[in-house]
Amino acid sequence: MSETDTAWLTPGDEAGIAEAITAAHASGKPVLVCGNASKSGLLRPVQAAATLSTRALSGITLYSPQELIISARAGTKLADVAAAVAGKGQYIIAEPPDFSALLGSGAEPTLGGVVAANLSGPRRVAWGAMRDHVMGVRAVSGMGETIHSGGRVLKNVTGLDICKLLTGSYGTLAVITEVTLKVLPAPERRATLVLTGLDPMRGVAALSAALGSPYAVSAAAHLPAEQAARVPVLAWFGGAVTLARIEDFAPSVTYRTERLRADLAAFGLAEMLDNGASEAAWTAVRDAAPLVDSPGAVWRVSVRPSAGPAVTRAVEQAFGARWYMDWGGGLVWIAGPASEAAHDAVAAAARQSGGTWTLVRAPEAMRAAVAVIPPEPAALARISARVKAAFDPKGILNPGRMFAGL
Amino acid sequence: MIAQPEPKKDVLARRDAIVAGLRALLPPDGVIAEPLRLKPYETDGLSAYRQVPLVVVLPETTEQVAAVMAFCHREGVRVVPRGAGTSLSGGALPMADAVVLGLMRMNRILDIDYADRCAVVQAGVTNIGITQAVQERGFFYAPDPSSQLACMIGGNVNMNSGGAHCLRYGVTANNLLGLRVVTVEGEVLDIGGAHMDAAGYDWLGLLTGSEGQLAVVTEVTVRILRGPEGARAMLAAFRSNEIAGACVDSIIASGIIPVALEFMDRPAIHACEAFAHAGYPLDAEAMLIIEVEGSPAEQDDLLGRIKDICNRYDPISLKVSQSAEESAAIWKGRKGAFGAVGRISPDYLCMDGTIPTSRLPEVLGRIGAMSAEYGLQVANIFHAGDGNLHPLIMFDANDPESFRKAEHFGADILRLCVEVGGCLTGEHGVGVEKRDLMGVQFTEIELDQQRRIKSAFDPGWLLNPSKVFPLKAPPALTQAA
Ligand SMILES: Cc1cc2nc3c(=O)[nH]c(=O)nc-3n(C[C@H](O)[C@H](O)[C@H](O)COP(=O)(O)OP(=O)(O)OC[C@H]3O[C@@H](n4cnc5c(N)ncnc54)[C@H](O)[C@@H]3O)c2cc1C
Repeated sequence: MSETDTAWLTPGDEAGIAEAITAAHASGKPVLVCGNASKSGLLRPVQAAATLSTRALSGITLYSPQELIISARAGTKLADVAAAVAGKGQYIIAEPPDFSALLGSGAEPTLGGVVAANLSGPRRVAWGAMRDHVMGVRAVSGMGETIHSGGRVLKNVTGLDICKLLTGSYGTLAVITEVTLKVLPAPERRATLVLTGLDPMRGVAALSAALGSPYAVSAAAHLPAEQAARVPVLAWFGGAVTLARIEDFAPSVTYRTERLRADLAAFGLAEMLDNGASEAAWTAVRDAAPLVDSPGAVWRVSVRPSAGPAVTRAVEQAFGARWYMDWGGGLVWIAGPASEAAHDAVAAAARQSGGTWTLVRAPEAMRAAVAVIPPEPAALARISARVKAAFDPKGILNPGRMFAGL
Repeated sequence: MIAQPEPKKDVLARRDAIVAGLRALLPPDGVIAEPLRLKPYETDGLSAYRQVPLVVVLPETTEQVAAVMAFCHREGVRVVPRGAGTSLSGGALPMADAVVLGLMRMNRILDIDYADRCAVVQAGVTNIGITQAVQERGFFYAPDPSSQLACMIGGNVNMNSGGAHCLRYGVTANNLLGLRVVTVEGEVLDIGGAHMDAAGYDWLGLLTGSEGQLAVVTEVTVRILRGPEGARAMLAAFRSNEIAGACVDSIIASGIIPVALEFMDRPAIHACEAFAHAGYPLDAEAMLIIEVEGSPAEQDDLLGRIKDICNRYDPISLKVSQSAEESAAIWKGRKGAFGAVGRISPDYLCMDGTIPTSRLPEVLGRIGAMSAEYGLQVANIFHAGDGNLHPLIMFDANDPESFRKAEHFGADILRLCVEVGGCLTGEHGVGVEKRDLMGVQFTEIELDQQRRIKSAFDPGWLLNPSKVFPLKAPPALTQAA
């Protein structure tokens, strides 16, 4: 059963969310928790009688630009939060992606959704994940109890960090009702150096040199020719592209791109994409645009950056995968057939390199059948089950979304 | 004084057997049981609280830690993990019936990977030790608590420690990739690794800052970063806290995030100047230390912009450092702040709340009023960019009344921090010190939710109990010595 077949509950305030969960807790009937359902195709399908959406719970509740803090209710559209901070010359640090095209949902992501999924874009490699910038949350647990963690200040170590635990928990522990994010001033200028024609090993070596330079590279990706051709601003280069972004005050960007270009001379002469073109390239990388038209399944594999090329080789050999790398090689995007054999090959490649995988897109039957993220070792799985029970003793919130049976 | 729970009598009675059991698991010098040799472990950085532990163990490997934990679990013995013991909140305060598990012998750097910008280190490696190991290649480990010469990465992880540069580089939590931990049952778990985001629950995030409540950390994979080309500081002095606060707001609003932005009030300026002779302006009410990074030209550009902003606030003095030596001189006073206050008053409590930065002038005003009321001096040091306030309350430890007052004063300051929208602790942790104030920031429902997470990891509450969470329905409470 998917969310379209079930009754939708869309309370307009936190009390309404608490009421709905209290009722579900009393009846023991599971609910599918979502924001705008833009990512309901991600991870495992949920069997539930009702859908509880935060989409009507919207609005910015606090924005203090000089304190680098914005709070908004969970159902606020991510684009609205981004627009509000852009109005004051700031940005959302983790550069969260929009997978609505990739997942074919056509729905706009909400703030609560990207936090619940801990989704981060290219800037993650230098500035941390979404979870690094969640300063506070309000949420309703699976018992209908309203809790907060963190707050509206940038430094806070008071008590256990439930903000981080809920970020990336996909609504399985509590329903996030409000989020406070740290934001930063947007740079005056963005520029991307482009090296062309490198193979994956050389590409990642160049990215490693860039990220290990003193020039504060804020994003680093490698796209083979086939994927570069699918991004208009990159197709022009006519081959594989290796991208390193620098964002800062304009004079700094001029200086650092020059220095970095010189430092990377051994990898070829880098060309440059400025502001708009740079943006366009990174939005494509962020949203997995090169793989959107690929039929079948899509995975994200997270490994140590230098292991990225080995993962790409393994999946190419196993099923002729299409792929590209972000995060300096540490994030490998893979597209291939929606088959268990392909899935096993991806998981094996990730394991081989000591990393992890996420099945991002696949038909519902496949997502129900395979482990969409790596199963936890037994000792940790026991703790997971107890933590799940500590929030949601009756297992009514998004049962099975991350792990079968949890 | 904050109440400590009654020790378990059965454990005290079995002490000899417990010591013998531990000796069987560890190298000969890995168990300390002689009263005189236990004494150095009786306190941490919150030295007003003291308690000699049952026994101290100093394992050298994760396997030995696991063996100790499994043994203690079987025997129902409490365990207090300990790094360097620099906690300012009493996080590592021993208990009479608990084994202190010291990680200081696990002090090896296991792997440095420059290509992937990470290092694997044992929990007992000092914070500065990581940077020292990688600086020959121009790299560093970013979080830099003032205690960095002594404090250990396992302690940093468990306190989620910050430092003067976290405005730019984040706190400990933002600079970790993986942990190896031992559960209370003695099982070894690997969380994360050298890759960036692990799928599944963010155990790394939850364990960071968990103050030894959930598991024992034995190895840490940290992010190491390439250092900037250079850094330079400037000093700006103002006529009032309000003016200095407004200047901070303007700097941030201009789009500049300095790597450090430190604020000192008049008493702090005077204490530090007397101690360090750093050339601080004694006629100022408030002073900022601002540091920027980059090439010399980039530094000039940023410092020029910041100077222009400062000039709009009628500064008493502006001093832009022209060299690394001058920058060091500017920092010298700030870095010696604790020692400086220690010279005025041998005993002080270092508080640690966070406030919304916009409320700074009001909060400093009210702290000043409380200082007069309690008759105790206070100096304020403030990580101005991120709102983390460190009032240093001076008292006389030989006078119990003075200490009692200092504790009350401190608690009032922390209540004020929460009242204006901040929190009880920005980087030093709750420990024993702020345990009984948790109800100011959290509802009982919220505390129970946190307690249930603790129980999920540690069902028997054997790991570092009676810290962080207010004792619930405390059995018979005894006053600490
Ligand atoms: C002069 C001075 C300056 C300071 N400056 C700063 C500062 O600028 N910023 C800042 O954030 N802090 C600062 N501190 C506080 C303190 O140094 C930090 O909290 C530090 O991280 C503690 O590290 P430690 O190794 O001393 O840990 P300890 O004090 O030994 O322990 C701290 C806590 O962590 C637990 N623990 C320790 N190791 C482990 C482990 N391996 N596994 C599980 N639990 C463990 C302990 O049980 C305890 O609860 C300062 C302290 C002093 C004395």
